Amino acid sequence: MNRILIVARNTFREAVRDRVLYNLVFFALLMIASAVIVGQISMDIEAIVMVSLGLSAISLIGLLIAVFTGVGLVSKEIDKRTLHAVLAKPLRRWEFLVGKFTGLVLTLTVNTAAMAAGLFLAMWFVKHSLVRGDTVVLVAVYFMLLKLTLVVALAMMFSCFTSPLLAILFTGGLYVAGLFVAQLRSLQLTSMSAHTQKFFSILSYLLPNFENYDVMGAAAHGRGISGSLVLLNTLYTALYCAIVLSVATVIFSRKDLK
Amino acid sequence: MTAAIETHNLTKEYPHGFLHLKRKTSLENLTMQVEDGEVFGFLGPNGAGKSTTIKLLMGIIFPTAGSAQILGKPVSDVSMHRDIGYLPEQPYFYDYLTAAEVLDYFARFHGFSAAERRERVQKMLHKVGLETAGKIQLRKFSKGMLQRVGLAQAIVHDPKLVILDEPMSGLDPVGRREVRDIILELKNAGKTILFSTHILSDAETLCDRVGVIAGGQLRGVGAPGSIVGVKSLGMEIIFELTGGGAQIEKVRAKATKSGANYRMSINEADLYAALEELRGAGAKVISLTQIKPTLEDFFMELVGKDRAQAAAVEVSGQ
Amino acid sequence: MTPGKSTAWLLLLILPAGFVGVWRLQRKVNVERDAMYQEQDEVLVRSPKLMKLVTLEYATLAADIYWTRAVQYYGNKHLGEETNLESLWPLLDAATTLDENLLPAYRFGATFLSQPEPRGAGRPDLAVQLLERGLNANPSYWRLNQDLGNVYYLELKDYAKAGRTYLEGSKKPGAAPWMKVMAARFMEKGDSRETATMLWTELLDSSTDESIKETARINLELLRADEDVDQINVLAQRFIAKMGRPPTSISEMAQAGLIGGEPVDPTGHPYVIGLDGKARVSSKSPLFKEKSVYRRPL
Repeated sequence: MNRILIVARNTFREAVRDRVLYNLVFFALLMIASAVIVGQISMDIEAIVMVSLGLSAISLIGLLIAVFTGVGLVSKEIDKRTLHAVLAKPLRRWEFLVGKFTGLVLTLTVNTAAMAAGLFLAMWFVKHSLVRGDTVVLVAVYFMLLKLTLVVALAMMFSCFTSPLLAILFTGGLYVAGLFVAQLRSLQLTSMSAHTQKFFSILSYLLPNFENYDVMGAAAHGRGISGSLVLLNTLYTALYCAIVLSVATVIFSRKDLK
Repeated sequence: MTAAIETHNLTKEYPHGFLHLKRKTSLENLTMQVEDGEVFGFLGPNGAGKSTTIKLLMGIIFPTAGSAQILGKPVSDVSMHRDIGYLPEQPYFYDYLTAAEVLDYFARFHGFSAAERRERVQKMLHKVGLETAGKIQLRKFSKGMLQRVGLAQAIVHDPKLVILDEPMSGLDPVGRREVRDIILELKNAGKTILFSTHILSDAETLCDRVGVIAGGQLRGVGAPGSIVGVKSLGMEIIFELTGGGAQIEKVRAKATKSGANYRMSINEADLYAALEELRGAGAKVISLTQIKPTLEDFFMELVGKDRAQAAAVEVSGQ
Repeated sequence: MTPGKSTAWLLLLILPAGFVGVWRLQRKVNVERDAMYQEQDEVLVRSPKLMKLVTLEYATLAADIYWTRAVQYYGNKHLGEETNLESLWPLLDAATTLDENLLPAYRFGATFLSQPEPRGAGRPDLAVQLLERGLNANPSYWRLNQDLGNVYYLELKDYAKAGRTYLEGSKKPGAAPWMKVMAARFMEKGDSRETATMLWTELLDSSTDESIKETARINLELLRADEDVDQINVLAQRFIAKMGRPPTSISEMAQAGLIGGEPVDPTGHPYVIGLDGKARVSSKSPLFKEKSVYRRPL
């Protein structure tokens, strides 16, 4: 456990100092600022606009960070052989992987929190007061973080057995697919047999469903989100990440490194 | 007493070619031992299998067949890593961390207290000549400096066995001298050292024993001297020649010019006769040495024989 | 000898268990989310102008997505037997705000917003609004006049307006010649089954959208059934005249020699006589639930 934390701490440190991260976070804050301006144009849907745009910004930037650093974590290490020296330590390969994952999730949490703080600041600036209903935005941000955690896990898994470019493409592709997974379930083309329909239905449950995390509508309108949904999404993320990381571990543990 | 490092028929094959149907053998049936407390040199041209062997020992790649043990434990047992230090080939570390932070990171895996870690890190930085660069981020380091960081992290925890993959690469003569000194220091402290190199002079001066690898196969193991045999190939006289005269011309004809001096190779039996001749010509003898085949000759002959194999396609990514 | 061969096998066993867990959790999440969004489907659609702002150069793409969602939505609701079509309007509104030239959306909305339940949303006023936007943005597309005219004629019973917009459309390039004819019919004949039949037949022939064709077919069947019911009622009157009381069944009328055989509706189900002595479509017929153009239960 300790060893995992050692790797996590190091990963966090290295990631946090990477200047690209700062640029992205700054960009996100910029977008939130512009949302304030836009909101003023639209009058009475000010708050809605700002929350929507702000959350979109956080989501987009967070996604970029998750995919690119997630892939970079493993791929870059293998490529540049920083890995070799670490694996010479009394550290099992899976401990290394889990440590990397933990470090990156930590990094994401800090970045997301920073962006969320910016958003709340903007909200206060526009509305001049924050009501209890605004905690919904916090839940929305939390869901976003869960989503990014899963994306990171997927990115790491793909980079264990494909090139960095392919890993980015696969992760991105799976994310987009995951947004429309629910449609797959209700897909009812007249030409399909019952078997194909069943197949698609099963597939729609097995693929990661990123729509689960989308509560932008509720957040924008200040409507509540049930506690059970929060719990369920957390469990879903944890379980799916466990699956993905297990696969990644098995692949990584037997892989000949360069 | 078990050897520090032992391999038995260690073999590594890589899938090769279109659709991975062919197999390239990178290492074939390597069986050898490195004894406790000795400095063992792994010699061979590029692509011979030196790095492959070391990576197999460190668990970076996995053997196709055979087995290996370090300090009595199988190489798959990572707990054994506690007692060994490793310097990878062309090391590269985390861009945004400082040298001190990197060393601290690596030291953490060995369970030292914070104070002890700090002390060791400082000591190591000093030992490899980086004490002024401790707070600079690694992305600003030159190759030579990175090599030193690599060496430092390999010994920061005072391991019993140190494995170095091309430790001299990227260093200037001063740096190489320093590394040589460190290796000797380690040896005197009773550590076992395995290092790979393609620089023969380093192997000759540092190693107790040398293993020569070419084309994925072990060609010979033994003390640097013993590999090539002690058979003398004759004597070589280096002398100065001034003036002229018929006798001098005769001598000149037998010798080859080397800078301002002349060299002459003769059989041991003809030594004194030759010396007489030189005396008569008024030559000034500068040196008289025995010609022994060097490791280099052995090496070149070996390499020449498997030019085809040695120059084969790299699959290990070197 | 690669390490962890046993872990590989372990994974093979754990993986299915993991995915079963994922399945179960997903189902629960679906329940929660459905509950959350029950009142307002597609909430973010409430402000299409916002959407246009947000999507910028991808507006047309977003329009397509909304349009697709609208069609799927309708299809889903339809197959799921739900009659609450609240979100159809917001989706179409969003799609056409993002892309004013999205013609299929206008045509689709024309039919399914205006049709009475269960076929459509029963909101002809919204259909008019949609079509007027469409005509504004696509002034040379005469089909939108056709659709608008149909809404006025069939649902709003405003024959004058129907005729006017058909006339307008008939002047546009490429308009079918019967536009003018129909305009005249609207204005002269007013409420007429024949006109309605012509209208639906035209739509059935010209439309490429399967849902619209289906609706046209059903409406034509309803019109036929209407016609049949009226004719049977005429015969029922004769029965009353003859027998002094209303008939109780078709067979009675047959026995009285007023009707030959067992007339069936366009779906093949025989007509029946209701308790009020008037003919209607059998409750077993799929047409039973549908409301006819004339809003009369059949």
